[in-house]
Amino acid sequence: MAHYLDIIIRSIFLENLPLSFFLGMCTFLAISKQVKTAMGLGVAVLVIQVITVPINNLILNYLLKPGALTWAGHPELDLSFLGLLTYIAIIAAVVQILEMVLDRFIPTLYNTLGIFLPLLTVNCAIFGGTLFMVERDYTFPESIAYGFGSGAGFFLAVVCLGGIRERLEYADPPAGLRGLGLTFISAGLMAIAFMGLAGMEM
Amino acid sequence: MAESNKELLSRSIFKRNPIALLVLGICSALAVTGQMTTAFVMSICVTLVVAFSSMTISIVRFQIPSSVRIGLQITVIATLVILVDQALKAFYFDLSKQLSIYVGLIITNCIVMGRAEGFAMSNPPIPSFIDGLGNGLGYGFILMSVAFVRELLGSGSLFGYEILQLTTNGGWYIRNGLLVLPASAFFLIALLIWLLRSIDPEQQESE
Repeated sequence: MAHYLDIIIRSIFLENLPLSFFLGMCTFLAISKQVKTAMGLGVAVLVIQVITVPINNLILNYLLKPGALTWAGHPELDLSFLGLLTYIAIIAAVVQILEMVLDRFIPTLYNTLGIFLPLLTVNCAIFGGTLFMVERDYTFPESIAYGFGSGAGFFLAVVCLGGIRERLEYADPPAGLRGLGLTFISAGLMAIAFMGLAGMEM
Repeated sequence: MAESNKELLSRSIFKRNPIALLVLGICSALAVTGQMTTAFVMSICVTLVVAFSSMTISIVRFQIPSSVRIGLQITVIATLVILVDQALKAFYFDLSKQLSIYVGLIITNCIVMGRAEGFAMSNPPIPSFIDGLGNGLGYGFILMSVAFVRELLGSGSLFGYEILQLTTNGGWYIRNGLLVLPASAFFLIALLIWLLRSIDPEQQESE
């Protein structure tokens, strides 16, 4: 159990997707003007991450890995070169299905998350989570923990940035720095703050 | 035609730079700029993928039903990225290890999708190819400038060759630890944006 907790804490604070690996930057910077929308985006990322990372883990272990097709009688096949294409297709499909299910059964949630869902198909944080899972060779339960942790990390980062940017509205920077430039600098400072946690061991 | 092609190319490098102005494809821009070598390889990969995906999508643009176009575009892009990834793994294994997941992430790089959706779907193949090339180079331009500063001041070298002799090797240059940290890329890009927007005030945001 402690092992899974370690993965979760690690992926939230130490290996935060946007702040340590710069994944999901485009959406991170574009949709963080207000805390409210930032929260919507953060929850959407968290939900999709928890679903897609474990699914892709199953796909990897039972279809793509060298020797994964032993159960189908083809132990010699190695389909791992198809990985990228398969993962992105799975993510796109999950996003689409989730959108339809939410629309049908939980319309209030759909109204909050609705606009972010299609965006997230091509979000590097989602795809990056899957790729890290592949690179680190997580088992199925580990991948659930990692999906949850990395999603929660994104949520935390984007909500914090949203809060900072709401305050920055009142700042008076040089004209060229206004908007994007200033956001970059605040994100950089946040990244450094998160690095302060780096030495922590569970 | 030659004239306008040239315009297409230079426009996307400076005037409409994908990173500095349109805020696209930042993820990888920040992560691989610690060294010139990785930044250089990454720029080449992205340029190739953008140029060829734009061209391919433009060739088949009349056959694509608009309801499934996103899926189709991703398939084309993913195929090209797999080719690049496999080529890197086969010939430059060390580099592909260093770039780790960022090569795969070209698929979700918004520049590629953005050009496919925004330009290639409504233009003939050759201008699309050139537009893709320009955007790739514009991306590379920012990537290389950030990597230049980070590697030169952060580790005193360029492309791995020592330029400023470090104190640890008996030289005079004390390396700047901040620039080795990934977070410094945020500040450098912010400064670059500031610079570009001061040169061309049209790009400034009004609030």
